[in-house]
Amino acid sequence: MSEIPLTHILFLSTGLFFIGVYGLFTRRNMITMLMSVELMLNSVNINFVAFNKYLYPEKLDGIFFTIFVITIAAAEAAVAIAIIINLYRSHHSIDVEDASEMKY
Amino acid sequence: MSHPIYIVLIPLIPLVCFLVLGIFGRKYFTNSAGIFGTLGLLTSTLFSLSTAYEYFFVSGKLNGVFQKIEVLKFTWLEFSPGVSIDLGILIDPITVMMLVVVSFVSLMVHLFSLGYMKGETRFATYYAFLGLFTFSMLGLVLSSNIFQIYLFWELVGVSSFLLIGFYFEKPSAVAASKKAFIVTRFADLGFLIGILVLSFYSHTLDFGVLIERLTTAGSPYLNTINAASFLGVSALTWGLLLVFMGGAGKSAMFPLHIWLPDAMEGPTPVSALIHAATMVVAGVFLVARLFPVFALSDPAALQVVMYTGAFSAFFAAVIACTQTDIKRVLAYSTMSQIGYMMFALGVSKYNGEEGLGYMGSMFHLFTHAFFKSLLFLGAGAVIHMVHSNEMKDMGGLRKLMPITHISFLIACLAIAGIPPFSGFFSKEEILMASFESNKLIYAVALLTSGLTAFYMFRLYYSIFWSKPTDSHHGHHGEGTLTMKIPLVLLAVLAIVAGFVPISSWITADGNAIHSSIPITFSILPVSLAVIGILLATRLFKTENELPQRIAIQMGGLYKAASRKFYIDEVYLFITKKVLFNLIGKPAAWFDKNIVDGFMNLLAKLTAGLSELIKGYQSGKVQDYALYFFGGITGLIIAFIYLWK
Amino acid sequence: MSAASIIFYIVAAFILGTGILAVTTRKIFRASIWLLFSLIGIAALYFWMQLEFLAAVQIIVYVGGIVVLIIFSIFLTIKSGDEMPKPILTRSIFAALAVLFGSGFLLRLISLYTFKPTSTTVFNLNVNQIGIQMLDTKNYGYLLPFELISMLLLAAMIGCIVIAMKSKDKDATTFQNTIQ
Repeated sequence: MSEIPLTHILFLSTGLFFIGVYGLFTRRNMITMLMSVELMLNSVNINFVAFNKYLYPEKLDGIFFTIFVITIAAAEAAVAIAIIINLYRSHHSIDVEDASEMKY
Repeated sequence: MSHPIYIVLIPLIPLVCFLVLGIFGRKYFTNSAGIFGTLGLLTSTLFSLSTAYEYFFVSGKLNGVFQKIEVLKFTWLEFSPGVSIDLGILIDPITVMMLVVVSFVSLMVHLFSLGYMKGETRFATYYAFLGLFTFSMLGLVLSSNIFQIYLFWELVGVSSFLLIGFYFEKPSAVAASKKAFIVTRFADLGFLIGILVLSFYSHTLDFGVLIERLTTAGSPYLNTINAASFLGVSALTWGLLLVFMGGAGKSAMFPLHIWLPDAMEGPTPVSALIHAATMVVAGVFLVARLFPVFALSDPAALQVVMYTGAFSAFFAAVIACTQTDIKRVLAYSTMSQIGYMMFALGVSKYNGEEGLGYMGSMFHLFTHAFFKSLLFLGAGAVIHMVHSNEMKDMGGLRKLMPITHISFLIACLAIAGIPPFSGFFSKEEILMASFESNKLIYAVALLTSGLTAFYMFRLYYSIFWSKPTDSHHGHHGEGTLTMKIPLVLLAVLAIVAGFVPISSWITADGNAIHSSIPITFSILPVSLAVIGILLATRLFKTENELPQRIAIQMGGLYKAASRKFYIDEVYLFITKKVLFNLIGKPAAWFDKNIVDGFMNLLAKLTAGLSELIKGYQSGKVQDYALYFFGGITGLIIAFIYLWK
Repeated sequence: MSAASIIFYIVAAFILGTGILAVTTRKIFRASIWLLFSLIGIAALYFWMQLEFLAAVQIIVYVGGIVVLIIFSIFLTIKSGDEMPKPILTRSIFAALAVLFGSGFLLRLISLYTFKPTSTTVFNLNVNQIGIQMLDTKNYGYLLPFELISMLLLAAMIGCIVIAMKSKDKDATTFQNTIQ
């Protein structure tokens, strides 16, 4: 594995991140937007792990941050889904285009 | 004055009545408001009388001269060391006299109103307003400095406004109250400027100090104020004339009199109180208060006072002969009598026996308050019965209203100057004073006195004779006992007030005047008055064609007088045609197009801009995410390439 | 090219491909399944990097927890068989532009930069070590963040319950309205 340079792993995470960004911008359904956010968080995790492994092999900070991010992502997903269900209850839809009362 | 506290209570009791009735009246005092107010005022009146006794008989005199006593004084607003606005109580002969007059007449009016205003929906409010007025008027006469008097001056103006407009359902009452307020307010502007001028040069607002500084010959204050001049007239004259303008506005002197006849739209007892006996003499009181300055330092201003007063007296008497609304006749009569008081002040000098005019003026103020309020209350009783102000609806009432009839007759005799009624004595003093100083004024005064007798008896006959008694059906008696008592009391006073020794009590410099008027002097005025009465008897005692024919023969003069010499029309012309067109319209145009235009332009710009950019706040979360992403990208580029 | 690198490129392609499918497919249930595959691919990447512990956490939390939660919420809210509405055209154009520009910019930055390792020691993940350092109060221990995260989880749990709870009063009034 040593012949794979760090930059290639970073290319992978960048690509994954922008896939997530694209999904966040274009998806109208709130659940799929949440999925896109999960993809973006995972690309960040890949970065943490890769930097830790390649640049600071004697430390474990990247690993810890990855674990924390996963935990926070779990909490975030739970809260987001609670919000989605509440929105569905009030608007009978989870399309973000329908929930646009907060405007001019 | 060993007990200042009860002098403070004299104005405070009506104030308490006002507050209590004004706040709780409509709920808790719907029917008892009148008794509450009357009892409060009775206390005030008793205090006033005891103050008068204390002052005139016990403690007022020092070495035979009545003193100005400052009972109470505390600093309210201090501008700089030496210049401050104080609140205080100043007791001197005219104050004490006014205290008695105001509280007594107010008590009579309170009592009369118990019957007159019975059943009004805003009965408690009416008594609250009466309390406010009485408080302000008593405060006015007790004021120890010129700024304090201004405060109470405005307060009486407000209460007058409220009471004139008491029947605010009537458009004419609303218009009259507005007119009274605006005209007197306009005059008060002059008063305020006058106060500023006087206090600017004398560095004080306090009456005692002000008078001392502006009358001591050679004092630096007097020198500066005389040296400063504007349009060729010294600052002192300007200041005094402007103060007099305020007084003329309140006292309905020509040409600021136009509000007084219209003010008769208010309830009749109110007219008796405010527009006959008390508030309208405030101008006279003010001039009397500053009289030493007028008399000693500035005779020119006093001349203006004299001529204004004399002209108003004559002018109003002529108009009074032609009016058909009984309250308006009385209003013009009031204006005429106040003119008397004014020119009496004008002809007076300061010292000793020469101060006869001042004394006569105050004397006339005193007697006039009683007989004129009696006349108004009598008219009120008549109106209460007939439900009309017009003479043609009346006539032949003498059998139906015996008490009103007798008391009204007494008041008419008093105002006509027939001995031994009170008006005779005070009028004699005034005539004597003007005879001694200015023959022209004397002639005008004599003529006015004859006219007064004529128009008062025209009024009297038109109300009580002129038609057969049985022409009124469905009347409901003369009124309640509470309406008769004030009439009787005031009638008694109208007879005996002339015997009060005012000449030894109220004089310009505090020294008693001992001159008596020779009986031969009285012959001419009395005979003129009798001629006036006889003429009125001939014309108006029975219904006949004669007055009509005379009116036609007089032609234009009669018409002009009955239209009040077109003064109202002149005012209307000046305000509507001149002021509105020349100043109002351009100002309105400027306001509408330039000021408003600028504001509208700003508003339109803002609205347009927001119209342009408000689309960005679309409420769609993904748009926001895009903007956010754009912003982050921009920052990243800036950080990496620009701010390395 | 060694077998390890070939495996890396296969895994990378798998992750990216399933990720693109997850954000573009019009059927929401399929999207969640593609997401699942993408997350499994990331777990495979961790395995490839010899981080077995992290791979296990990834599978347990993401695959076992979050994706299941997402699928539940899909069942609770929408009909999973229907096609979702198409994205708004202008927005997808702008999104594509933003993504192309951003990714191009970042890829260029990455390729220009030379990363230098700070030491030459071989990276070796020991679960033992993670456990010790996680609960350590000194020597770069992570006890404080650990406690913070646990507080955060508690708060999130209570918050979810509060947000998603039906308010009883509101229901009572609607009920009253209907019988009126």
